[in-house]
Amino acid sequence: MSTRALLLRRHSVLPGFGLALGFTLLYLGFIVLIPLSAVFLKTFTVSWDSFVATVISPRVVASYRLTFGAALLAALVNAVFGLLVAWVLVRYRFPGRRLVDALVDLPFALPTAVAGIALTTLYASNGWIGRWLPVKVSYTPLGVWVALTFIGLPFVVRTVQPVLQDLQRELEEAAATLGATRLQTFARVLLPALAPALLTGFTLAFARALGEYGSVIFIAGNMPMVSEITPLLIITKLEQYDYAGATSIALVMLVAAFALLLLVNLLQAWARKRQGH
Amino acid sequence: MAAIAQALDGLAGRDAGPAARPLAPARQAAAGGEPAWVRRTLVGLALAFLALFLFVPLAVVFVQAFAKGLDVYRAALGESDALAALRLTLLAAGISVPLNLVFGVAAAWAIAKFDFRGKSVLLALVDLPFSVSPVIAGLVYMLVFGLQGWCGAWLRDHDVRVVFAVPGIVLATVFVTVPFIARELIPLMQAQGQEQEEAARVLGASGWQILWRVTLPNVKWALLYGVILCNARAMGEFGAVSVVSGHIRGRTDTLPLHIEILYNDYQFAAAFAVASLLAALALVTLVLKLIVERRANASPVPESGHEH
Repeated sequence: MSTRALLLRRHSVLPGFGLALGFTLLYLGFIVLIPLSAVFLKTFTVSWDSFVATVISPRVVASYRLTFGAALLAALVNAVFGLLVAWVLVRYRFPGRRLVDALVDLPFALPTAVAGIALTTLYASNGWIGRWLPVKVSYTPLGVWVALTFIGLPFVVRTVQPVLQDLQRELEEAAATLGATRLQTFARVLLPALAPALLTGFTLAFARALGEYGSVIFIAGNMPMVSEITPLLIITKLEQYDYAGATSIALVMLVAAFALLLLVNLLQAWARKRQGH
Repeated sequence: MAAIAQALDGLAGRDAGPAARPLAPARQAAAGGEPAWVRRTLVGLALAFLALFLFVPLAVVFVQAFAKGLDVYRAALGESDALAALRLTLLAAGISVPLNLVFGVAAAWAIAKFDFRGKSVLLALVDLPFSVSPVIAGLVYMLVFGLQGWCGAWLRDHDVRVVFAVPGIVLATVFVTVPFIARELIPLMQAQGQEQEEAARVLGASGWQILWRVTLPNVKWALLYGVILCNARAMGEFGAVSVVSGHIRGRTDTLPLHIEILYNDYQFAAAFAVASLLAALALVTLVLKLIVERRANASPVPESGHEH
């Protein structure tokens, strides 16, 4: 970076910094930060014992197990198939490729309630797909996994795809010249190069799945201890006017979400270092 | 593709590189190193996965919507509760998209054109709503405006309703859509640098003139893309709105909530009829996104030192 650029950054000639920053902070403060701080402040009014009693009660723990487990499984499946979809879209040409490419973003654009009722109907035991399956999917924990897989689908594809596009083919050719098989090249050359993007996409899909509500409640069946996700428990507590209980559980989920956000940022920093930026 | 990659970079709080990413030449793909049967198997596997989780679910919405015939479809959409839900959805999107547009431009101006302490913290804060569960987004407004909340007693005394009423629905929608436009603009405006704006300044342009004549024209496609994404999310939001709505039929139900009511009432054809409206919106969103991406790639970013 030249000294000129450094100087410019210190004394910008452009106007409007105060107004723009002030408005940004005010807006974020009123819409996001102050309301969000209510979760923390409200939890402080709850005694430690009753906080712990709420967040480790059997029904809540069962919901963590389902939410985290299904989200993890969905993110794993998305990591594998997301990589496959990205690979196929970047490396191969087949009819309808552009259409498929565009439709990958559907879970970003389709309202979750619509996805929820569509998947439930489809995977019900008399549904188009459900009738061919040996096990019940809709109204079971398996249904939660289906919905979370749908929701997380674009993340891995869209993080891996650009990296795969920018990958230098020379590396693979060099590996082939040195006698590596295609599979060896994939495991030793491609996978390490894609690892940061793949991990980022996985974490994003996982984080998204943890908080998901709309698509899951239709397909889950919502049986306490069996197929009840944590966000639904927050709503159940709210409907019983148990604000303290709802907020305690929300705090646990928020902390998990922030930890994942931090992880994503660290992964991105790693990816940037790997790409030599 | 570059735009969605940016969106994802945005989700992750990373400064994206240049917006226009060259596509891999077709020649490279044609020279794929795998034997044909491997290629065919991989394409088949990928398509089968996408069919099970994407294509068939999309198709089922439209098939179920018309399963009971056109009359049922039309009746479901023409019913007064459905129309009220549509109006409320349009209202919530109509308020939250412009608000987040102004916020996005202001945030991008401050973050992309100036250097200041705590910039990365601010960037992370802009992204924050992405990592908060929609249910928690609704909950926080209950804690502030609900009857047991901070302002609950005051609001009751002054007969102002926020939660279980339209203002709460709008607020929850604004919360979940805060980052969309800012996140499209910031990486692009960072990549473009500030030379053009500085030149305009030297020529005597005012701040608003610079914004209006130089900056916004340079980012118009990213801006439009952000608006499209923001609108799709605003109209489709379910979790956050569900918490604060109170589910008063015909009064505080948006289209997604109306779908839930119909579905839980076993009025499946009607539920899917309303759902088909939102699914069509999603498809329009994807088409607009394609068009905008093509335009954005056609007019490449003026090269200037992008800083990471």
